[in-house]
Amino acid sequence: MNMKLNPLIWTQGLCQTIGAMVLNVFSLVGVLSIFVFDTIRHTFTPPWYPSKLLAQFISIGFYSLAVIGMTALFSGMVIALQSYTGFSRFNAEGAVANVVVLTITRELAPVLAGLMLAARVGASIAAEIGTMRVTEQIDALRTLNVNPMKYLVVPRVLAGLIMLPILVFIADIIGVLGGWLVGVYVLDFSSAGYLRQTLDFVTFNDVSSGLIKAAVFGLIVTIMGCYNGYNSGRGAQGVGRATTNAVVSSAILILIFNYILTQVLFA
Amino acid sequence: MSDYKIEMTNVCKTFGTKHVLDGVDLKVQRGTSMVLLGGSGSGKSVTLKCILGLMQPDSGSIKIDGQEITGLNEKQRDEQMTKFGMLFQGGALFDSIPVWENVAFGLIHSENMDKEDARIIAIEKLKAVGLGAKVADLYPAELSGGMQKRVSLARAIATNPEIIFFDEPTTGLDPIMADVINDLIVQCVKDLGATALTITHDMASARKIADHVSMIYEGKIIWSDTIAKLDNSENPYVDQFIHGRAYGPITKHANMAG
Ligand SMILES: Nc1ncnc2c1ncn2[C@@H]1O[C@H](COP(=O)(O)OP(=O)(O)O)[C@@H](O)[C@H]1O
Ligand SMILES: [Mg+2]
Repeated sequence: MNMKLNPLIWTQGLCQTIGAMVLNVFSLVGVLSIFVFDTIRHTFTPPWYPSKLLAQFISIGFYSLAVIGMTALFSGMVIALQSYTGFSRFNAEGAVANVVVLTITRELAPVLAGLMLAARVGASIAAEIGTMRVTEQIDALRTLNVNPMKYLVVPRVLAGLIMLPILVFIADIIGVLGGWLVGVYVLDFSSAGYLRQTLDFVTFNDVSSGLIKAAVFGLIVTIMGCYNGYNSGRGAQGVGRATTNAVVSSAILILIFNYILTQVLFA
Repeated sequence: MSDYKIEMTNVCKTFGTKHVLDGVDLKVQRGTSMVLLGGSGSGKSVTLKCILGLMQPDSGSIKIDGQEITGLNEKQRDEQMTKFGMLFQGGALFDSIPVWENVAFGLIHSENMDKEDARIIAIEKLKAVGLGAKVADLYPAELSGGMQKRVSLARAIATNPEIIFFDEPTTGLDPIMADVINDLIVQCVKDLGATALTITHDMASARKIADHVSMIYEGKIIWSDTIAKLDNSENPYVDQFIHGRAYGPITKHANMAG
């Protein structure tokens, strides 16, 4: 009799696998919470490293501008096109400007910028800190009496928290501009009419809710990047795994938190 | 105050099922230089990291200046850290900052020295390890392995620490440069009164820098005495190791285990 087909053993194996997975998830949440708590504690206690923070503002903020701007531009353009062809079926073409500004500010700018940040910044944070772990640079920091949480983690997390809302605000403007370009040059709307409709329709809440989302996503990306790099396994393989985990986990968390925040902010 | 700068008693450290340290006892007298011998993978680097608090031992006691340091909180351990300098086996230079800033790192961040003064000291220390001022503005990735090791050595001694650990300081250096490093280590101990603990496979280097020698084997210190006794240790493991023989008790056990 083939042991693998014995239903009792099979069920037992399944239960063990599920049990181990549940335990893993709980211990991961625990360890991650401690990491977040440590980060917060070190954010509010000296010494601080302003030059490191500035460097991260530039590398996270400034160098993400191009990729996030491109994303927003083409998203705005495609929504204008899509909503026009969709709405023309029930003669509501006039709502194109409204749809563009609403979807960009509330959803697409923060979510796509967050995902782009995960790919660009989350990966590089995990790779950089992971390499420092593997080559003992993090140990070296500690022997030189510098706390690696303060020196490496805090500047990156703060930069993510502050820069992503700024980037998303810029993305809002570029996204609306993309919609306007398609509206005026492809769909033959009047320029002034399109802009007036946009500005009359959009509310403070639409924009601010998107910026709140951006701040949370900025935290998620940088914390997952730092956490995975900081706890990287040994060798090149360890760093590779840390990088993949950082990107995948922050992308999934962004999508989950996007739903939760939408429910909370627009309840 | 205790005679011993470092006192390890019955220290154990396990990774998974592997007992890397299995009751290590090691005492280093103040102002002396101890060399730690042992095959690769025998737990020499782990021993240093336990003393530094970079790894927590599973059990046992580690005292620095008579004060227990296992189980200290983060802040107390940071205070202890100012006593230590460490040359890591792989160098562990910070690759995002230039060489001089690597050397000056402890001066700038731990002793709050301003950058110009720290740079002057860094260049002096680089000269001491045989590197010219031209190297100062390069990045670590632009240096050869041996040069990186020397920069790392300069960084370890830059703050004049009380206790210095050298993890394979001469590995990868040519014999002449290895001797420069040996002299430097001797000088650190003699001139600065530092206590040194050095890991090395290089017997010439061990003979030059050691006051005392210990050998670690299968997670325990199996022999410890003054350097003068090394050649008459009457310990077959030590004999095999210092003469680099392929046949002897060390390899016999390894073959039986494998
Ligand atoms: N962080 C770690 N995680 C798991 N195993 C480790 C770790 N550090 C060291 N080891 C293991 O401990 C043993 C001793 O390592 P080490 O002290 O570096 O040896 P060496 O005596 O050559 O310096 C090795 O088998 C190594 O694989
Ligand atoms: Mg080693």
